[in-house]
Amino acid sequence: MAEAQIKPLTLNFGPQHPAAHGVLRLVLEMDGEVIERADPHIGLLHRGTEKLIEYKTYLQAVPYFDRLDYTAPMVQVHPFVLAIEKLMGIAVPKRAQYIRVLYSEITRLMNHILNVTAFAIDVGAMTPLLWGFEQREKLLEFYERVSGARMHAAYFRPGGVHQDLPAGLLEDIGRFCKSFPKVIDDIETLLTDNRIFRQRTVDIGVVGAEEAFDLGFSGPMLRASGVAWDLRRAQSYECYDELDFQIPVGKNGDCFDRYMVRMAEMRQSVKIIEQCIERMPEGPVLVPNHKVTPPKRGEMKRSMEALIQHFKLYTEGFHVPPGETYTAIEAPKGEIGVYLVSDGTNRPYRCKIRTPAFVHLSAMDRLCRGHMLADSVAIMGALDIVFGEVDR
Amino acid sequence: MASFVDWIVGWVDWFVTWTFWDSYTGQGTIIVAQVLAVLAPLLLAVAYLTYAERKVIGAMQLRKGPNVVGWFGLLQPIADAAKLLFKETILPAGANRVIFVAAPMVTFILAMIGWAVIPFGEGLVLSDLNVGILYLFAISSLGVYGVIMSGWASNSKYPFLGALRSAAQMVSYEVSMGFVIITVLICVGSLNLTDIVMAQKTVWFCVPLLPMFVIFFISTLAETNRSPFDLPEGESEIVAGFFLEYSSMTFALFFLGEYASMLLMGAMTSILFLGGWLPPIDIAPFNWIPGPIWFFGKIAACMFVFLWVRATFPRYRYDQLMRLGWKVFLPFSLLWVVLTAGFLFAFDLVPNR
Repeated sequence: MAEAQIKPLTLNFGPQHPAAHGVLRLVLEMDGEVIERADPHIGLLHRGTEKLIEYKTYLQAVPYFDRLDYTAPMVQVHPFVLAIEKLMGIAVPKRAQYIRVLYSEITRLMNHILNVTAFAIDVGAMTPLLWGFEQREKLLEFYERVSGARMHAAYFRPGGVHQDLPAGLLEDIGRFCKSFPKVIDDIETLLTDNRIFRQRTVDIGVVGAEEAFDLGFSGPMLRASGVAWDLRRAQSYECYDELDFQIPVGKNGDCFDRYMVRMAEMRQSVKIIEQCIERMPEGPVLVPNHKVTPPKRGEMKRSMEALIQHFKLYTEGFHVPPGETYTAIEAPKGEIGVYLVSDGTNRPYRCKIRTPAFVHLSAMDRLCRGHMLADSVAIMGALDIVFGEVDR
Repeated sequence: MASFVDWIVGWVDWFVTWTFWDSYTGQGTIIVAQVLAVLAPLLLAVAYLTYAERKVIGAMQLRKGPNVVGWFGLLQPIADAAKLLFKETILPAGANRVIFVAAPMVTFILAMIGWAVIPFGEGLVLSDLNVGILYLFAISSLGVYGVIMSGWASNSKYPFLGALRSAAQMVSYEVSMGFVIITVLICVGSLNLTDIVMAQKTVWFCVPLLPMFVIFFISTLAETNRSPFDLPEGESEIVAGFFLEYSSMTFALFFLGEYASMLLMGAMTSILFLGGWLPPIDIAPFNWIPGPIWFFGKIAACMFVFLWVRATFPRYRYDQLMRLGWKVFLPFSLLWVVLTAGFLFAFDLVPNR
């Protein structure tokens, strides 16, 4: 008798699935409930960002970055403006640096709140999400107060930040920092020591330090595997080297450690924000070079040159000297980098964006294999994927 | 005035002693009226259980819950029901139509007929079966059929997985539930639900049989596919599980059935362990309150814990759930049966000897 061939059950997970975190289509080959192969299909949210940027002036390209990872908008802009500043040799004023760091950390909080609580809902606990969203909404309000937009702020600009902080904002952020750790504690009481949560996350999707390097992990994914690698410390940018913060690392590289690393990072972010508020220097928030940054509105009413500069800046844009740079920063999800090639014109010749979620998603097969269907959801939740930046 | 009262009394007297009630039609009418007297409040309770669920979980999640339709959103369940009624019933192309439509009916009907033997108070029971608990157990076990039928007839992968999980889960937890019921039975010496309640006059069984009470309550969570055992409909994994392909009234029947069986499980818990309609202590202010209200209150308390659990816990994984059922609950409940039986035998407390 010929041996019967059993075809594995192919399960089409997504693209419309409540746990797919966007538009992931995951083709799972299953042996019962056990996953034999996970094949992520991407590209359903492809918008051609990189190509579009080649046809925009540098300033016009800025808002595209907000829309990469729409759960953590401002930090995506950061590597792009840093790359422009590097090519042009601009030094950003101290106050602008502090504001950027302040808002990078607010963004990190926003991202981690969303990720940790969405991860909780992926493993079935729904209450943290609702608690987290209330806090996240407060952070989005800080976005709105500084830029006018809740999410797609376009606040970081080449040469600094668009506007100075409005009066009273720092005090309100300070007040938030006082109350927020309590919310982290509350979420931890629901998750960290919960038996079921531990059973669902401990030893799921384990990646060792060596393998994490091979897979190209960065950010909390890498740190959960026990590697203390953080670009804020390793190649400090802005004013991070002046600030006191710690880099939490995990031990086992499983989903639980990823969760714990993110929880600890939130506490560190609060610490950084408090330091920024305390040390916030006075001064301009944009470099006074009006070839790059717009002149003041009042100046334009009086000075012909200012009017011309403004007109030139918002039509032709500024020219970036020829050159190329890879500039990376520590986004909440990991290393986000921009490889920017300039040919001396007012538009980028090429702008390659390296996003962490894309790299992490490609490890999906390695992480899921041999686990059960429910684990794939937990793994995906802990990977922290947003399709805006995977597909670009 | 007096003649008017006489006239009323005369009519009532005539109505009660009407020979029609002795005929077959008359008997049938009485039975239908009794059934309606149970089912109508039950369906209302189901509707407001969904409302309570949304309000309670809303409060736990620091939000308001339904508050737009009617005062405090009180008409929300009615609005939901009306919405579902007017939607289109979609029959998937690959589905087995007969079974597909029959499955929600089975679920709903099974959730309803269990109530036939539930005593709401002393003598307040539709059918005082002397094997009431066996009937109840059989009915709640049959519930798995609705799930399997829907999962298979949908001819779709997610419902299929959901149905398989659900079948395995319900069967596994029934075993330990059976042992828990046996423990209660050997303490009572009767299968009649009224007797079971009356046996708790001195002390509710949740006190001497506390571990069994806990196991039973957790098993009811699993039996009704509630969080943290809601794998058959695990939203984040298999979307909605076995009723993924259902819409409109067929979906509503599943929903009603599920919540009615939750209430049934609450009723079972209160009858077996919380003294049914009996007040906690048989002294003045407590025994003024009529039995059915105590019974309702106890079911409501059970339901609150159901909702509380849902707002708090993550979901078990399939294999972990099976391990809990077979490797923890089953041996433990078996051991407790032996212990209880041994204790009763040793101290010569076995009832009906």
